[in-house]
Amino acid sequence: MKTQNQRAWLFVTPVLLLVAFNALIPMMTVVNYSVQETFGDNLFFWQGLDWFEQVLRSERFHNALGRQFLFTFLILIIEVPLGIAIALSMPKQGPWVPFCLVTMALPMLIPWNVVGAMWNIFTLPDIGLLGYFMNHTLGISYDMTQNPLAAWVTIIVMDVWHWTSLVVLLAYAGLVSIPNAYYQAAEIDGASNWAVFRFIQLPKMKTVLTIAILLRFMDSFNIYTEPFVLTGGGPGNSTTLLSIDLVKIALGQFDLGPAAAMSLIYFAITLLASWLFYTLMTMNDNKS
Amino acid sequence: MRLKSLVPVIYILFLMLPIYWLVAMSFKTTNEILAGFSLFPQTWTLANYIEIFTDPTWYWGYINSIIYVTMNTVISVLVALPAAYAFSRYSFVGDKHLFFWLLTNRMAPAAVFALPFFQLYSAVGLFDTHLAVALAHCLFNIPLAVWILEGFMSGVPKELDETAYVDGYSFPRFFATIFLPAIKSGVGVAAFFCFMFSWVEMLLSKTLTAVEAKPIAAVMTRTASSAGYELGLLAAAGTLTIIPGAIVIYFVRNYIAKGFALGRV
Repeated sequence: MKTQNQRAWLFVTPVLLLVAFNALIPMMTVVNYSVQETFGDNLFFWQGLDWFEQVLRSERFHNALGRQFLFTFLILIIEVPLGIAIALSMPKQGPWVPFCLVTMALPMLIPWNVVGAMWNIFTLPDIGLLGYFMNHTLGISYDMTQNPLAAWVTIIVMDVWHWTSLVVLLAYAGLVSIPNAYYQAAEIDGASNWAVFRFIQLPKMKTVLTIAILLRFMDSFNIYTEPFVLTGGGPGNSTTLLSIDLVKIALGQFDLGPAAAMSLIYFAITLLASWLFYTLMTMNDNKS
Repeated sequence: MRLKSLVPVIYILFLMLPIYWLVAMSFKTTNEILAGFSLFPQTWTLANYIEIFTDPTWYWGYINSIIYVTMNTVISVLVALPAAYAFSRYSFVGDKHLFFWLLTNRMAPAAVFALPFFQLYSAVGLFDTHLAVALAHCLFNIPLAVWILEGFMSGVPKELDETAYVDGYSFPRFFATIFLPAIKSGVGVAAFFCFMFSWVEMLLSKTLTAVEAKPIAAVMTRTASSAGYELGLLAAAGTLTIIPGAIVIYFVRNYIAKGFALGRV
């Protein structure tokens, strides 16, 4: 049981001030813009909820949101099963474990724009390793800058390359925490591999997998730099995800009102996801 | 059984391929790159690296990045320590809401903050300084550090605190000489994750800087767009950004999962 102590607020004050400075003031700016219209010169006019209506009705927003959900959905159904499969096939101990952990984590430590630039170089049709292999060895026409499907496949594969290790590491952490006695008992009962997975490994991985799925959901939902550097949102608008579209409107066209309204809608979606994350996580905390 | 042990090998090969290509590209001459495909560099050259280490715009990009990343890591861990202690040991009015609110900032899309951050930091006169980027990255790094440290602190039995008080330790002395050593791996992991997320982030660091504090990430995009086909140079710059992460990762290999899970594994 934790001690009741209101002076604990003193301990959290520095955090509160710093994060509030970064979160509340910008958020107020966004709210401010979202209900006003400006023609420059710091002249603002009350606009009410018109921007929200405009954004929510605009086809452009629907398309970006649709692409965003498609992207997040695709990377989740690829990365989660793949990550579990790789974690299951890793050795439980031995000299290879540190090597596996370090090399697998490496992609996650590369700056996001370098990830984009790296995949750009990797997939160039005539001089990239993958591009050359596809076009000249396999004879499949593959050019990300021309073909929307190729661009989509590339950003999905790039994200799988970048983040599957997150699922692997979390699932692996869950797996090694299972005592050997469980497996011995399963062996005595003559349990099949599937039964071991379904009734021992999967339940033990539940907590970490919840975290992995929610983290991947949210981080992929906020993704900006990697696809922006790789495709610039193109060809056309085919890979313009939500963040890319938002930055285009806010910093490219300087349409502050619609950008602010879109920001708040976007933020509301992530807030809902965060709440889900928190609830599931504290539920797990309370059980253990 | 043998098939099973091949899976991690294939996966690691897949992970290494684009990295290999980046490194290979960085040792090629521009002529060789433009001439066509070659699996290995035909004529090895260090010209790309030499250019980066002799051109101030390039190497200052690295120095700028390292400065604000270090500032951010120090600030985040220092203010997160007492807060994490409060969350792990005490219950107080609004603690759960506050903890949740911190998390929402870790999850917030950076794109939402790009423009208001630009205006905020211009208004307080910090635009284009290292401090601006360091403070801006606190938005997601402080919540991360608080969560990770809280996870580690909750693993330390409360009896440790009580025994120390009975023995007559004052709070600061207890915290510095007994509690901190007990959670030092947690501090290391929190610092590593702050370092990492500040190092890989680009949208905010690029928005908040122009010349003086320009991070390596922004220098790279400039090269990529304006100078056209300087791929070798771009590859060399990219290769150099991988090195800091590759060096520190060995030390935290057993805690990476815990860090990503915000201290909850």
